[in-house]
Amino acid sequence: MLSNLLPIDITLAVVSFWLLLALAGLLLQGNGHLIARLIFPAGAVGALVLAVTALLALGSVPNTAILPLGLPDLPFHLRLDPLSAFFLLILGAATFGISLYSAGYFRTMSGATLGLLCFEYHLFLAAMALVILADDAYMFMVAWETMAISSYFLVTTDHKIPEIRSAGFIYLLIAHVGAIAILMCFGVMQGGHGDYTFATMRGHELSPFWASAAFLLALFGFGAKAGMLPLHVWLPEAHPAAPSPVSAMMSGVMLKTAIYGILRVTFDLLHACQWWWGILALTLGLATALYGVLFAAVQSDMKRLLAYSSIENIGIIMAGIGLAILYHANHQEQVAALALVATLYHALNHSFFKSLLFLSTGSVLHATGERNLGKLGGLIHRMPWVALLALVGVLAISGLPPLNGFVSEWLLLQAFLLAPAMPHQLYLSMLLPLGAAALALGGALAGYAMVKFYGVIFLGQPREEKLSKAHDAGPMERAGMIWLASGCVILGLAPVYFILQIDNITMMLVGRDLGSSAASTGWLWLTPVAPERASYSPLILFFILLSGFIFTFLVARKLYHGKVRRGPAWDCGFPAQTPRMQDSAEGFGQPIRQIFEQFFGIVREVPSPFDAKPHYHGETRDQIWDLIYRPVARLAEWASTLIGKLQHGRISLYLLYSFVTLLALLAFVR
Amino acid sequence: MNMQSQLIDLFAALLLLISFGMLAQRRVLSLINLFALQGLVLSISTMVVAWSSNQHHLYYSAGITLLLKVFFLPWLLHRLIRKLDIKWDVETLINIPTTMLIGIAMVVFAFNLALPISQLSATITKSTLGIALATVLLSFMMMITRRKAVPQVIGFLAMENGLFFAATSATYGMPMVVELGIALDVLVGSFIFGIFFFHIRETFDSLDIKHMEKLKED
Amino acid sequence: MNASTLLLQLTQNMLVVLAAPLLLGWVNNCRAWMQGRSAAGIFQPYRNLAKLFNKDAVLANNASLLFRYTPYILFVSMWLAAAMVPVIAVGLPLSTVVDVIALVGVFALARVFIALAAMDIGTSFGTLGARREMLVGFLAEPALMMVFFTAAAISHSTSLTTIVGVLAHKEFVLHPSLAFAAIAFLMVLLAENARIPVDNPSTHLELTMIHEAMILEYSARHLALIEWASAVKLFAYVTIGIALFLPWGIAGAGNWSALPLALVLLSIKLAAAGFGLALLESVSAKLRIFRAPEFLGTAFLLAVLGILTHFLRGSVV
Repeated sequence: MLSNLLPIDITLAVVSFWLLLALAGLLLQGNGHLIARLIFPAGAVGALVLAVTALLALGSVPNTAILPLGLPDLPFHLRLDPLSAFFLLILGAATFGISLYSAGYFRTMSGATLGLLCFEYHLFLAAMALVILADDAYMFMVAWETMAISSYFLVTTDHKIPEIRSAGFIYLLIAHVGAIAILMCFGVMQGGHGDYTFATMRGHELSPFWASAAFLLALFGFGAKAGMLPLHVWLPEAHPAAPSPVSAMMSGVMLKTAIYGILRVTFDLLHACQWWWGILALTLGLATALYGVLFAAVQSDMKRLLAYSSIENIGIIMAGIGLAILYHANHQEQVAALALVATLYHALNHSFFKSLLFLSTGSVLHATGERNLGKLGGLIHRMPWVALLALVGVLAISGLPPLNGFVSEWLLLQAFLLAPAMPHQLYLSMLLPLGAAALALGGALAGYAMVKFYGVIFLGQPREEKLSKAHDAGPMERAGMIWLASGCVILGLAPVYFILQIDNITMMLVGRDLGSSAASTGWLWLTPVAPERASYSPLILFFILLSGFIFTFLVARKLYHGKVRRGPAWDCGFPAQTPRMQDSAEGFGQPIRQIFEQFFGIVREVPSPFDAKPHYHGETRDQIWDLIYRPVARLAEWASTLIGKLQHGRISLYLLYSFVTLLALLAFVR
Repeated sequence: MNMQSQLIDLFAALLLLISFGMLAQRRVLSLINLFALQGLVLSISTMVVAWSSNQHHLYYSAGITLLLKVFFLPWLLHRLIRKLDIKWDVETLINIPTTMLIGIAMVVFAFNLALPISQLSATITKSTLGIALATVLLSFMMMITRRKAVPQVIGFLAMENGLFFAATSATYGMPMVVELGIALDVLVGSFIFGIFFFHIRETFDSLDIKHMEKLKED
Repeated sequence: MNASTLLLQLTQNMLVVLAAPLLLGWVNNCRAWMQGRSAAGIFQPYRNLAKLFNKDAVLANNASLLFRYTPYILFVSMWLAAAMVPVIAVGLPLSTVVDVIALVGVFALARVFIALAAMDIGTSFGTLGARREMLVGFLAEPALMMVFFTAAAISHSTSLTTIVGVLAHKEFVLHPSLAFAAIAFLMVLLAENARIPVDNPSTHLELTMIHEAMILEYSARHLALIEWASAVKLFAYVTIGIALFLPWGIAGAGNWSALPLALVLLSIKLAAAGFGLALLESVSAKLRIFRAPEFLGTAFLLAVLGILTHFLRGSVV
């Protein structure tokens, strides 16, 4: 029986396992220690099984299943094809690391909260898996809503703090606005046939107007969940409010389900037919990327910095999707495949390094109790493991060779550059180099923000006394982070293998793959188009760097004649070196604030010379709140006041309403 | 592609570069020198066009450009500046990086606008129409984003340079009469500007244009 | 790839790392002559390095392993960057490993590590240098990328060896886009190598330091490696400029017989470039630190303009 076990059966088994674990956590509410030591590692094992199955399923035929649940004439349809397998891989691989980490992180939490947290966490995992597996609109929406609600409860774990409650509220609000849009999109796509399965939607040809309507609704709805401009405002509030493993899960995996949604709807169901969709997605994506990274560079809270960095990476992924749509609509399938590979690879990379970084901030928070960058510093001495693993994450996210962030950025830049000339549309040919310039600018700024992040937290002198008591991460936490860090390294050093797997997806979506050219000169070299045009070999690069390092080290040892001794810092002879003399987070971000002043809404309170107690307050606000959300809120309030006039408590008028309706129905409906 | 059209393309690129340079420039003296350099590049490129297409009247145009825009007008402006005693920094309404970003957008716009005309034209300089249009737009932008009066005048003169280059690239120059008429207009205009500067300075004690807003009726 | 090209690659590796301080010495000499001072001799950097290697290294009490290993990482990445530029021959095996985008990435790797090392000790000067270096870097890196893109768009490849091959062996064509790219590249070279007008390589005043501020805490062999790495970086940038904009005379792949001529031409070009650099440094004044983003922003926009011009001409002609 085991031999004809399909991959989809294994994934469903893992999902049910997670649901069982959720219930177990609820039942074991009194025993926090047992939950942390037993249930979370079990969930991690399930995630690993899921990841392996998904990796194997990438290369096999799509298989479907129908569950005996759901509506009477619309049971739950499930489908495991290469696209869903890839996102299940992301889910499983990232969750393995995060669950292992949580096993150690939550061991000091009280039993009751931990039981609830465990329930919501595993429910969240199961819901995400079901979103990815769903093959009809009803199942998709059920799983999507479950995902939103369980993550809301996860975000408001510390619900006694008012800021966390309001962050959760905003998150839930925007998630639901997005869900309504997605529902409408499905409604448009079923095209009046009444059959909500994806299989019929796939075969159905919509008119250009309705197809565009569906695309815009999908972009809005999934973009709200992914954190695209201007619907990104919930991300910097919700991610810091949640406990760190939950932030890692949300940033690393949940945002990718939205990307999965966009890819599924645009490429699979709508066949990506119009080129202006691509331009829209491309510009929106690049704007989001630049906006996110600019704000990341000026933050003072370490988790908000990472949240804005997530916005940036989602922008990059969206830009890649836009590029793929553009090429596909112009029938340049080979370059469309390249853009798709770059986008999917970046999604995979981001889940690894962003989860790693959020988990490291979790360790820092756990050890010091501080989230504010102004109260951290010098932690590399007290927390060497966390510092080392965070360094891997920082190098990866800045897109530095030979780690994984660079591979996806390289592929995306190649997709911009090696594009053939667009027929008849000069604006497009000029837009592409501008897009590449914007991408390069975003990458450089990301490096700036990440150097600030790492330098202010881990390097330098400690800015507070209590930091000397910080402790390093425990064994389980280290295990989780090591898994994610090694993922970053492996994805960076051996990209060809993974790209050959991703080819199954591009084959399915645009009909071409990179495999024939990507590995043409052997598995060591990545040559997406042809060896003379572009070639990159991360493993050889790493080998050269390592051997050069060792060679230089040994030769320097032979050449030098002195010893090493320790002394106080030189600093050009200044005697007093207090920790307050090094750059604060605001100080490090000051050049960006000054250059890009128009984009930030800067609120400053400056003391006058006559203040008895001088007080300085500076705040960098997101102007989109004032430009978009405040007017919308005011409009909603005005509209509801208007409608509220209908409610005045008089019974005779209410009876009059029913009477008038009855008369109207009798008169007009035959 | 032969040597002459390559040379003309190179000069066009230099012209664009100088317009950007003027946009990014902070000091009045360098602005005037850049303007003189622009005139020089313009006259040399007109001479190359004249030589390669055997249109002899373009030699005269190049000569007039040389006399007026490389020698006379810069000398006039230098004298003006010395008399008005204004050698300070140029202040801008929006900061320079933003100005340059808008400049790039203008360049893309101008290139796209010029494309259908370039494809129809039969002259040797057809690919440079986009650059000429871009120069005009950039100089106009320079006029808008400056606070003092002298850089605005230089922007006006640079715009005329751009128009001249556009004329050469689309249709091998304008009829001689039109050419001389425009040259005279520019000359007279500069004199009048000079006189006005002194008046403005006497009335407001400064050449900052925001003072002129006081002239409106409340 | 065969034994001959491998040997050529190794020769080039040795050449760049040993000749880099010579270029630096030449530039300093020219500067001294132009400014009316007596020069220290073109071998002075070698003497400096030897002196530094002989000293005791003093590390701050709170220096971490990152601080100690950064000089080596810096040196190796700069050596790699210089080694992959085709200075004497094209078709070297290293160009299949690293292309122009990866080259920009390697420079970024070095920059991130030195900035982190500067922040490690936690002094005001170190963090000041790190902040300013990242400020210069965040505009210089995209500008450099765009310059490479212009060259890549003309030669339809991002492999530096193919780019040089195409540009060197085409008939002499004046590309306006390359003119823009050349000026942008020059500005990036000045910024990234801590030259006037962006940074003064021989200053120790707080108002004016960028690069020097980051390496204040280093001494002895660590400082020697960092200084050597800076010299190799300058060499790399100058040779990239020569390869992109003055590529004539570089030997074809595996062509040993054209090598002596290539070496002679290279020396002449390097000497001219060093002289030009010294001239530029002597006639310019150093910019205020907040004019530096404008300077680099101009470079970035010029590079973008270069690539736009390329597309304009490509569609009209």
